[in-house]
Amino acid sequence: MANAPVTTKKDWATDQEVRWCPGCGDYSILTAVQLMMPELDVRREDTVFISGIGCAARFPYYMNTFGMHSIHGRSPAFSTGLAMARPDLDVWVIGGDGDMLSIGGNHLIHALRRNVNINILLFNNMIYGLTKGQYSPTSEVGKVTKSSPYGSIDQPFNAVSLALGAEASFVARTHDMDRQHMQETFKRAHAHNGASLVEVYQNCNVFNDGQFDTITKRANRPANLIDLVHGEPIRFGVDNERGVVMDDSGNVVIAEVADVGEDALLVHDEHRPDPGVAFALSRLAAGPHSPTPMGVFRSVDRIEYAAGATSQLAAAQEAKGPGDLHTLLRSNPTWEVG
Amino acid sequence: MTDVADSPAVPEVDRVVIRFAGDSGDGMQLTGDRFTSASALFGNDLATLPEFPAEIRAPQGTLAGVSAFQVQISSERVSTPGDEPTVLVAMNPAALKADLNRLAGGGTVIVNEDAFEERNLDKAGYVDNPLEDGSLDGYTVIKIPMTKLTKEVCADLDVKPRDAERSKNFFALGLVSWMYTRPTEPTLDWIQQKFKGRDKVIAANTAAFKAGHAYGETAELGSHVVAIAPADLDPGTYTNINGNTALSWGLVAASQQSGLPMFLGSYPITPASDILHELAKHKNFGVRTFQAEDEIAAVCSAIGASYGGNLAVTTTSGPGVALKGEAIGLACILELPLVIVDIQRGGPSTGLPTKTEASDLLMAMYGRHGESPMPVIAAYSPSQCFDAALEAARIALTYMTPVMLLSDGYLANGSEPWKLPDVESLPTIDVTFATEPNATDDDGEPIFLPFLRDENLVRPWAVPGADGLMHRVGGLEKADKTGNVSYDPENHALMTELRQKRIEKIADDIPLTSVTGDADASTVVVGWGSTWGAISGAVRRLGAADTKVAHVHLTHLNPFPSDLGEVLARYDNVLVPELNMGQLVKLLRAEFLVDAKPINKVMGQPFTAAELEREILARMGEV
Ligand SMILES: Cc1ncc(C[n+]2csc(CCOP(=O)(O)OP(=O)(O)O)c2C)c(N)n1
Ligand code: SF4
Ligand SMILES: [Mg+2]
Repeated sequence: MANAPVTTKKDWATDQEVRWCPGCGDYSILTAVQLMMPELDVRREDTVFISGIGCAARFPYYMNTFGMHSIHGRSPAFSTGLAMARPDLDVWVIGGDGDMLSIGGNHLIHALRRNVNINILLFNNMIYGLTKGQYSPTSEVGKVTKSSPYGSIDQPFNAVSLALGAEASFVARTHDMDRQHMQETFKRAHAHNGASLVEVYQNCNVFNDGQFDTITKRANRPANLIDLVHGEPIRFGVDNERGVVMDDSGNVVIAEVADVGEDALLVHDEHRPDPGVAFALSRLAAGPHSPTPMGVFRSVDRIEYAAGATSQLAAAQEAKGPGDLHTLLRSNPTWEVG
Repeated sequence: MTDVADSPAVPEVDRVVIRFAGDSGDGMQLTGDRFTSASALFGNDLATLPEFPAEIRAPQGTLAGVSAFQVQISSERVSTPGDEPTVLVAMNPAALKADLNRLAGGGTVIVNEDAFEERNLDKAGYVDNPLEDGSLDGYTVIKIPMTKLTKEVCADLDVKPRDAERSKNFFALGLVSWMYTRPTEPTLDWIQQKFKGRDKVIAANTAAFKAGHAYGETAELGSHVVAIAPADLDPGTYTNINGNTALSWGLVAASQQSGLPMFLGSYPITPASDILHELAKHKNFGVRTFQAEDEIAAVCSAIGASYGGNLAVTTTSGPGVALKGEAIGLACILELPLVIVDIQRGGPSTGLPTKTEASDLLMAMYGRHGESPMPVIAAYSPSQCFDAALEAARIALTYMTPVMLLSDGYLANGSEPWKLPDVESLPTIDVTFATEPNATDDDGEPIFLPFLRDENLVRPWAVPGADGLMHRVGGLEKADKTGNVSYDPENHALMTELRQKRIEKIADDIPLTSVTGDADASTVVVGWGSTWGAISGAVRRLGAADTKVAHVHLTHLNPFPSDLGEVLARYDNVLVPELNMGQLVKLLRAEFLVDAKPINKVMGQPFTAAELEREILARMGEV
């Protein structure tokens, strides 16, 4: 798909009025994506955005590409069919935490393990936005909402941990306050051949305002965002004074660099075949209120699903020749009458 | 071995109905299938009814574990597996107990005497041995120690006694083949091929088959031998086919005839899984099969593939259709082609998973939220599943709509000889993808309107990749023509009506009602789906006895043929036999205000022609 015509952000936007609440984090994600698309060297015609239902899932209506606003939770399944039928396309999947992790949790994990070539952007606002503010599968225990007036008693999912446990070959996290970081991360997801999951921390200023402030507000970022950079020691802090180490018991923990020494810091390796360390990194923060890793947790090469299917088709045609209906109908014993 | 068919002394009969019954582990399906194939190759017409338990290995020797295969073979045309078996092969007491009541009075029971020992009798719930207590008086009983004889002939073959015992179904097959003068070569050849590389199994099965055959000759069973001449079928090339295979091939044909690659999204479920299995083999036809994580993903993946320009199919049974409902509604509003195949089984819930029923018609019609009309097609015989699949795909692709194709467990597994169609004569399905803008905006600039409709109210199919045709589709109500989201009340009314009209208009493109039997009778029997065989049989018999009855069999259930109301109005008496509690009858009454009367059966089994003959006569008497 190289040599796509030169485009600008405007070419990727539709004429449809964007209907998110003013101040919603979804706007900045949309802008980041529309600004990034011209840099990808892809045609709008070859790009498809598929979503489920939710505020986040309105996204395709605003992208001047092909798109499908499908039904609640099932976007990974629609995308799998499309990506298998049309491996030539670039398929992006958009959904919220309820869409992807509750009603669609099953489809998400299966799309990830199959490694079908789709880029999944999971807008996690830790709430059900469109249905007006019930707790979601990522809401913290104790969350008081209309449907949990006494506080939620549900243990939340950690989307990155879940994806890693589901055999995902590419898992990353970014947030709606940093356009640059979003674009870098989305580009990496796009470049990955296979299923990519990007969790985007997204502020719902109407039903869950400020949920991510502790870590994503500009002033808080140095102390609370842990930038994962492949091949680099994992280090953060206002003065870069903290880091991540593996302790004697094999636990991945945060330590003061002064205490452990620079050489003890864990060097981030996205390509580690075993997802164990990536998983441990995903457990560093129990919620977005303490130092939280951002960036690519895991990126490994594994056979892409549609390519696997296509190669079986090619092998069958090689071995048997193209299908012939006349022969097929006579493939069981036949007899002649008259 | 001598071929009894050559002997002039053998009496001819025009039909025989044999039921092979045994434990699930006894290989009865295979035995029945082999007997059927040999009969088909011999040139008989036939119809089969395999019946097996839902459990893979139900407790051995119990009634629950009985697996049976019934076949009617004839020198004349047949359309059902027969009213009552005239011969019952019972491999154990449970099989005898389960199936004896089906046997025709004076029929023949062939039993494996060895299995009638205390333990098995006990498991089957017999206090006394039925072979000895007179309970089989009135039947011709042939008792044979099949297990012992099979072990004996295998003794010199270096086959373990346990393995030898497993060949006893071939002994039974050999014996029955001899009784009905079947050619032996097809079965002997088949044993060679089927068990290739397992020489001892080949040796044991061959020896058992020959021993069964020889037993008939030497044990003075000569009086039981009959011949059934080949049927007078239309000239052509034939194969024996079951419904699921025919349906799979019909879908492959639709892919070829439309020039579109096929995508199947499916999740295993009885009795539909065999379609997934069959289509998974045909990758060289460009068929992509996807075993999804559930039925919802199966249908959604198919819709995704349809959006990408494939011939998209999803196959399942009733419980799966229930899960797919929401996504099918989406396909209705997206106006994308999709074939949904429902191989119906007994319900509700898991119901009778391996038994037949046709109780999903109203779900096919109405089992979605909102106003979401969709064409419904029903197959009526195993081989006709081929045409039905092709027709379902034709309508889906021509009219940009999901189509429900109904079959059932009886058609799926039942088989019959099929005169192969000439591939050249199959209809082509014309599909044109949109390639350019189809309208201009206020400034005269060319634009693409994804919901601009043609004279049939059909919208264009623009697939990703098409230059300049970017557009969004979605489940929210869309504005006429542009497809943009619209909550306008008038627009929703308009779109709802357009979606309805578009499906109704398909009636102009399907055959008019065809009436068979006595068209000018005052009673018409209206059927759909797999009841065709039994209704045809009943109507033929009634006709032969000078009782005039007309038969209308519907393949298109939505929309109905455009003249159906007129046709039904010609009859005083409209009878509607169904394998449900009365579903088509409701549609006919609602649509045409006719006083249609139901005839229902929900026993997990098809109607027999005799049952329907009785019921029709009784209802005619009521008028
Ligand atoms: C089958 C079905 N069940 C329920 C709904 C109602 N519903 C719509 S969106 C939604 C949850 C939205 O939450 P999330 O996915 O987190 O998206 P957000 O609105 O927060 O972006 C629900 C429950 C629906 N549309 N369909
Ligand atoms: S409800 Fe929340 S998530 Fe939805 S648009 Fe409004 S601010 Fe955004
Ligand atoms: Mg949400």
